[in-house]
Amino acid sequence: MGARRGHGGMTMAEFFHMGGYAAYVWSAYGICLVVMVANAVYPIIKARDTRRRLARAYEGERVT
Amino acid sequence: MWTFFHKLASPPYFYAFAGRLVPWLGWACVGLLIAGLYGGLVLAPADYQQGESYRIIFIHVPSAWMSLFIYVVMAVCGGIGLIWHIKVAEVIAASSASVGASFTFIALVTGSLWGKPMWGTYWVWDARLTSELILLFLYLGVIGLQSAIDDRRTASRACAVLSLVGLVNIPIIHFSVNWWNTLHQGSTVIKAGGPSMHLSMLAPLLIMAFGFKLYYLMVLLMRSRIEVLERERKSEWVRGAVTAA
Repeated sequence: MGARRGHGGMTMAEFFHMGGYAAYVWSAYGICLVVMVANAVYPIIKARDTRRRLARAYEGERVT
Repeated sequence: MWTFFHKLASPPYFYAFAGRLVPWLGWACVGLLIAGLYGGLVLAPADYQQGESYRIIFIHVPSAWMSLFIYVVMAVCGGIGLIWHIKVAEVIAASSASVGASFTFIALVTGSLWGKPMWGTYWVWDARLTSELILLFLYLGVIGLQSAIDDRRTASRACAVLSLVGLVNIPIIHFSVNWWNTLHQGSTVIKAGGPSMHLSMLAPLLIMAFGFKLYYLMVLLMRSRIEVLERERKSEWVRGAVTAA
């Protein structure tokens, strides 16, 4: 591949290396990403379940 | 303007309005986060003292700000619900707790991962870290209380009281770096005399912070819509909304 220089004047390898702090920087970003994606996806699934559950309850006319 | 707020306080209008707003917020948030990450991870130079490790700041500081902001929103809306019995305020308070807890968790974990290479330890019981950990426990307390009480409106009142009491922790967190000798560094953005940060670092930080704010708004509205359906399930409009889809 060779040294492809990005806008910051660094190579891709340098970018992922993060000056030797890769383990800390990328795990911080990784955990942040996982938590934020989970928080956004959960309500989508929950909304669908809630609508289905309520619709079933209305059919049976036993809304509690 | 006021009629708009009056309408927004009515659950069916809020449900429809929030549903229309969510996709726009989602795209705006994705755009801002991509811009902020590009600015923070690629364009911004390395720090002259901390090297590349400082780049954790672009998620650490916005999530720490959000952890405080969301708590205040939750407590204030809880208070409004407690005093004026406005349903939508109760819904917003109830839907904020888990996002707030998530941001507090992110702030603590990213701070810990930043502390290890810079301070030589993942954790230290200094004032800033300890008060932020207490904030996480307050959020978890509110979530626990919410799920322990079956009637949602009673749960809202109990949670409102707890979150209003916990509000005292917010200024403690903010000023902890001034009041006590902490290992945690002082403010670099919100302080007298303006931010002591170069624009190439400050700009992506503020873009990320704005992106996080829109993200909160988006998740808040998505959760609030579910909460509104649950609370209003005995009314006609909910029946219409769920059986039509």
